[in-house]
Parts: sequence; C-alpha cells; structure tokens
Amino acid sequence: MSPRESGEALVHAEIKAAGDVRRINFARLASMREAGLIVIILALCIAMSFASPHFLTWGNFRAMLMSFSIEGIVVVGMTILLIVGGIDLSVGSVVCFSMVVSGALFLAGLDPWTASLIGIGVSALIGAAMGFFVTVIGLNHFITSLAAMVIVRGMCLIVTKGTPLSLFTLPSSFKAIGQGSFNGLPYVIIIFVVVVAIFDFLLRRATAFRKVFYTGSNEKAAQFSGIRTNQVKFWVTVLCSTLAGLAGVIYMARFGAATPTFGAGMELNIIAAAVIGGASLNGGSGTIFGAILGMALLSVVTSSLILLDVSVYWQDMIKGCILLAAVSIDHFLHRKKS
Amino acid sequence: MTHAPILEIRGLSKAFGPVKALSDVQFTLRRGEIHALCGENGAGKSTLMNMIAGVLQPDEGDILIDGERVSIHSPAAAQRLGIALVHQEIALCQDATVAENIYMAAINVRRAPLMNFQKLHADAQKVMDLLAPIPVRTRVADLSISNQQLVEIAKALTLDCKVLMLDEPTAALTESEARRLFSIVRGLKERGISVVYISHRMAEIFSLCDRITVFRDGRYVATDPIAAVSPDDVVRKMVGREITQLYPDKLAPQEPGRVILSVKGLSDGRRFTDVDLELRAGEILGMGGLIGAGRSEIAQTICGLRPMTSGTVALDGKQLRPRGYGDAVKVGLVYLSEDRKGSGVFLDLPIAANISALDLARLTGSLGLLDRKAEDRQARELTGRLGVRMAGIEAAVSTLSGGNQQKVAIAKQLSVSPKVIIMDEPTRGIDVGAKVEIHRLLRQLAGSGVGVVVISSELPELIGLCDRVMVVREGRIAGELAADELGEEAIIMLASGVQDSSDQRQAQNVA
Ligand SMILES: Nc1ncnc2c1ncn2[C@@H]1O[C@H](COP(=O)(O)OP(=O)(O)OP(=O)(O)O)[C@@H](O)[C@H]1O
Ligand SMILES: [Mg+2]
Repeated sequence: MSPRESGEALVHAEIKAAGDVRRINFARLASMREAGLIVIILALCIAMSFASPHFLTWGNFRAMLMSFSIEGIVVVGMTILLIVGGIDLSVGSVVCFSMVVSGALFLAGLDPWTASLIGIGVSALIGAAMGFFVTVIGLNHFITSLAAMVIVRGMCLIVTKGTPLSLFTLPSSFKAIGQGSFNGLPYVIIIFVVVVAIFDFLLRRATAFRKVFYTGSNEKAAQFSGIRTNQVKFWVTVLCSTLAGLAGVIYMARFGAATPTFGAGMELNIIAAAVIGGASLNGGSGTIFGAILGMALLSVVTSSLILLDVSVYWQDMIKGCILLAAVSIDHFLHRKKS
Repeated sequence: MTHAPILEIRGLSKAFGPVKALSDVQFTLRRGEIHALCGENGAGKSTLMNMIAGVLQPDEGDILIDGERVSIHSPAAAQRLGIALVHQEIALCQDATVAENIYMAAINVRRAPLMNFQKLHADAQKVMDLLAPIPVRTRVADLSISNQQLVEIAKALTLDCKVLMLDEPTAALTESEARRLFSIVRGLKERGISVVYISHRMAEIFSLCDRITVFRDGRYVATDPIAAVSPDDVVRKMVGREITQLYPDKLAPQEPGRVILSVKGLSDGRRFTDVDLELRAGEILGMGGLIGAGRSEIAQTICGLRPMTSGTVALDGKQLRPRGYGDAVKVGLVYLSEDRKGSGVFLDLPIAANISALDLARLTGSLGLLDRKAEDRQARELTGRLGVRMAGIEAAVSTLSGGNQQKVAIAKQLSVSPKVIIMDEPTRGIDVGAKVEIHRLLRQLAGSGVGVVVISSELPELIGLCDRVMVVREGRIAGELAADELGEEAIIMLASGVQDSSDQRQAQNVA
C-alpha cells in the first residue's frame, strides 16, 4: 500500500470514527485515533505480508520492535512534554551524551552500572538546566532546546574528541540489557513495555500528571487553580531528558560502542511519532499509547520500504509526507470541532 | 422608516453532533430597529448569530438579506453583506495594539499596500473615545477584560455595516460604559442601521430595544413589540415558569458574626494603596466601582495571585502569607476570575476535569492516584445544582454556551469547601433563572458561615444581593454603604467621585 493510500485510509478511519461520536469526549476521541492507527498498521502489515515473504516473520518483527523500543522510551518523555505545551529538540543529543559519558567513564575504569547511572543523572541535569531557562528566565521550550541540542552535541564531540568509543570490553552482564533476552523476549522490549505501561497509567490516573494537562491546556487557568505551573513544566522537562538518558545507556549496551554523532535527527522522528499519535503542539492533549502507535506506524513504514527495496533516498521524504498527512487530519478535525 | 425586513431567518436548524442547538427557528429584523434576542443559557442565541456572521453554517433553513436568499459561507462574506458581529467571547489579538485590533477587519477590506500608522492611531482613537478613552497604542493583553470588551465593540463600529449584532456586549461593562454604548447604539439606529441585541439584563433590554424575540431550548417562542410585554412575561417565556423572587432575603441587621477575613493596609505599589477590608461570617460583601478601579487586583492580591508590597491578610484571625494561590486554596480562600476564557476554564478539557482542577488533593488517594469516580460524582452533583446544559460531564467545556461555561467556572469554586469565596463578576453572562439560583447558593453559603465577597459591575446585583457594599475608586476604598444606604445613585457617586469627571477618565485609562 502506498503512503498516499495509507493517508487516505487514515482519513476514512477518522471520518468514520468522527461520525460515531455521540458526544465530544476526549478520552474517546483519543481512543478513536488509536483504533484508527491500529487499523492502518494492521492493514499495512497484511498488505506487506503479500508483497514480501520476509515481512511476517518473527525475525523481522523482532527487528522492528527492537528498533523502536529504545526510541519509544524517548517518545514517552516527549509526549508528556508536548502535553504540557513544551517541546524538546535536544533529545537526540542527550541520548548520545548519556551514551558517551557513560562509555567514557567506563573506559576510565568505572563499573558500567555506576557509569550508566551517572550518564542518566547528567541527562537529568541537562533537563534541569533547560527547565531553568524555561521557567526562571522565561525562554520558550523551542529555542532553549534548540540551543541545548547544539551545545550538548558539541559536548559529545568534546568528550569523545570526535572519535567513536569502542566498548567491546563491556561485561556481558551489562551488554545483556541491550542484546540479551529473557525466555526469547529481548530485555530491551521488556524495559520498553514496562516504561510505557507505567507512564501510560500515571498519565491517565495520577494526580501529578493531571496537572500536566491543566498546564498545557491553559496555563493561566492552571495558575488560577492554584497549580504551580512552573514547577510542572520544570519537572516534565527533566523527565523528558532523563528518559532520553536512559535510552542512551541502553543503546550503549546494545551497540557496545558510543558514537559522538549518534542520534542526530532522532528528535524529528520522535516528535513526529507523538504528533501522529495525537499529541498537540499547542499542549493539553496526547496519549502515550497513541504516540507509541505513531512510532510503530513509522517503523512499519520504514521496514516496508526497506523490504520493498525502495531507495533510502526516498524514505525520509515518504515519512515526512505521512507526518504531514497526520497533522493535516488533526487540524481538520480540530477545525471541525470548534 | 420602512418596515421591510433587512434580515430574515426561515426554518433554520443547527446541530452539533447529537446536540440540537437550533431547530426550525425564525427571526425577522426590520430596518432601523433594535431587536432584543433573549433566552436561557444554551438557548441558541450565539449559535444563530454565528450563522448569520458566517462563522457557522446552518444545517437547514434560509437566511434572507433584503428579501434575497444568501449563503454566508465565511465571516468575510458576512462583512461584504454589511453584517458585523461583536462576539460574546473576546477574540482579539492579544499582542497587537488596540488600534491594530480595531482596524483589523477594516484593514482586511482595504487594499493599500502600506500601513499609515499615524492615521491608524488617530482614527482608532476617535472611534475608541466614543466608548471610553483607552489609549489606542496599548497592547490588548495589558487591558482588563472590560476594556477588551470595549475594544471589541469599537472594532465593529469601524465597519460600514447595515446590520450590527451585539452578543452580550455589556456582560463585562459597568453602568457608565454601558450607558455610553446605549447612546451609540441609538445613534446607529438613527442612521438606519439595524441592531440585534443579546443580553440577560432585562432593564437594558426594556430601555433600549424596540422588539424582542425569545428562544427556548433552541426553538423560537415569540416576537413582540417591547411595549406589549413586561419583563415578567419575557422571563416566563424564556424559562417556562414564574420567577417570583429575584434576590434572596438579606441578613437581619444584628446578625453578622465573627470576622473571618481581615485585610489591613494592603498595597501592591501600582494599582491600589492602603486597602482595609473586614468580612464577617454570614454576610455577603459587595465590591463596586468603575472599570479599572482596581477591584479585581485587590481580590487577586488577597488570594496570593499577585504580589503585595505592604499590608496584612488574616483568615480566621491567622496571618496569611500565601506564597502562591495554591497556599490560599489550601487554607480555604478561593477566587473566581472575571476572565472566564483566559483564566477561568480549560476550554479543551472535559467539564469534570475543569471542576476538579482547584483541589485535586481532595480527590487523590493514598497512592497519588486520582479517584475518577469521585471526580465524576462531584461533577454530576455540581452541574446538576447549577443547571449546566451539557451533553455530559465528559464533554469539553468549549462545547458549552457562554453562560454554561461560567457555571462550570463557578462549580469549580464550589467544589472545594471554602472559608472565604471571592467572586469576580460571578453572574457574567448568566440567564435570569440561573442567576436566581446562584444568588440563592451564595446566600446559602454565607448562611453556613462562609465569607462571600461579590465583585460586580451590575448595580442591581450589588444592591439586591449584598448586605454591605464597598466602593473602590482609583485603587482606594472610596466608601462603604450599609444595606439601608444602598442605591444606584449612591454607588455611582462614590465610584466616580463627585468632584471631577477627569478622575473618571484616568481611572478608565489605567485598566
Ligand atoms: N461547538 C459546539 N459543539 C457542541 N455543542 C455546541 C457547540 N457550540 C454550541 N453548542 C451547544 O449549542 C447550544 C446553544 O449554544 P449557544 O452558544 O448558542 O447558547 P446561547 O443562547 O448563546 O447561550 P448563552 O446565553 O449562555 O450565551 C448549547 O447547548 C451548546 O452546548
Ligand atoms: Mg451565547
């Protein structure tokens, strides 16, 4: 199925679903979108299983799952940040920084677990610094994280002096996080599922995360409800960077190496996934499950393009078009509503 | 004056999903008349206006202008037909200046390549001065809600229109601004412009309008010449029942209890100085004054929403030093914002989530999880009590009519059990029936020992509801009126200061 058709399928699914609303209900609107995404992903998978015998194999599935599991952890943080009305362009750099810092510390003689904890801690500090600029100085998330993206990337190059760190001496107990599996299920996937489940649950049910929605929906009204919106924004910024840091050390365990250029451009994929999954750049809406489905859709498309031997040069363009289609539909639905 | 209708609506229907906002309504606007449109909150008044102004499209029915069927598919098309609408909700560009906002629509029509700012400012000031002397170079975001409302009206006046529709223009205005608006509207009428006027204030309607149309539940009820009906008739047609007592009984004079809120020497260094205030259990204290006098600022400072430079606030005898509004809410001091859209409600969140926003802690279990059942229960109870017309408590607040949004904002304040509740324009945009209900509720709250402060620009409300009224002028307490001294003239006199009208100008400027 071509991306154009998949876009149309998305439109049809949404329009049909929109016709079904008995009342405008945001939980339901979100689940409609999620259902729509699942339908599209399944349709793509079925179509692909005819097109390529390799598609519906456990090996390919595992590869796809592995490929978006680690990124999926970053998507979780990004989605929450989008809900609060922020955005973080620095996640790719932070993933990389966490990786090179942990790697360098390990090479300097630290045990890899401690080194990783420090890597994640440093990522959290980067988030705290951005949070400071956003809440105390009053800059916006976009500019702050754009600067952080460049600065942190520079720090990656400084730490590694521009050359990849080779970490094949990592103990296998550590590498297992990225490469091993439990009863055939890779640890990476287990970690991913756990992170997603926890945050999806918290976002739906925890009071602290409800404040994220209030702040993103109307910051002033949140303040007039006694919510310290700056605190909320600060901690969500920290959370997003921390999860990026966690992803970084898992990547390190997986690759057994730390490349200073790793993760460049990753932020776009991640933001795209969250937005396809229903997060609004204006804040106030989004679900983690939806964002993960967005990620899955992008991943299935990539995998299909590879299996269909579509040139790599085309892949970015096609993914960009999918994003554009998803956002257009979102805009269309929003305009219809108000 | 001819009697051919300039605007006619036939068999118009509009549904939002399952909600029927209008079914088969009719409406006729004669040339050069001022025509009132009345109905309860959610009756469909704004929806009809939005369709005539091209914001919404009807599902069925016809719109006729000068006897010709037209389809008005966009606001620009409405403008070309000479139709202007002042929206119920303020929709100004917050970051642009007043002048730029006033001429936004006009600039859109004119096709000059460059802006002449000198002329723009001069022209804008001329239009603005008709209503109030607001400096047109001010950024809209720096204006109070009432002044924004005036800018919104001025914006419509610049358009060369045949039909002007005003959707609750006075909801945020005080008496004096409202009077100016009325004289302008009468002037427009003299020039043959036809006006549709929506308001929940009966007195206004009866002094200004020629005919009146009533809607109920999205249906047309009746159109009458204003001389042929009484306010009671109108209310009966709107509500479908008799309303006998507009305001609840006041406190017996000897009754007031202990002091629950005491404010001494409060200043913020900018907008008000040296404010003393004492609120007793059981009473409803009113705060009157002109727009920009500083009433809202005083209230917000008491609640910790703005910083103070000097003074003390004590609740129940205990000194209060809120670091933020959250602290004030915790000890039971809550504030209802006058700016419903900007800081009162979360438009895109469900009604239930809006109501619970003020005190999540109460709905939170030991694990930090929200008790959704309790949240729903609370939302159902409060929306039921206030009569919110809605599809369900999971509906987004943006799908409600203006008055019903206001009820949700009030429900939010009532969801906590406050000790002191300060309400800034609580019945703004609320219909007659619901207003009675809210007043009764406030009286009940007061009766149960809660301190109630009502800031209102509507004099009859201050006089009818409050036991005592404090009048604020230019950031100072100008005086206080006891129940037996209350009267429109007395309040206006204190509010404007009798000496000089330039004071009044100044007071309005700073808002
Ligand atoms: N975008 C929307 N989506 C769903 N329902 C809507 C929407 N806009 C209006 N409604 C519904 O249509 C009905 C009529 O609303 P409308 O705003 O016209 O009322 P109104 O007469 O102007 O009331 P008010 O006096 O409170 O301003 C209400 O029940 C409202 O909930
Ligand atoms: Mg309305």
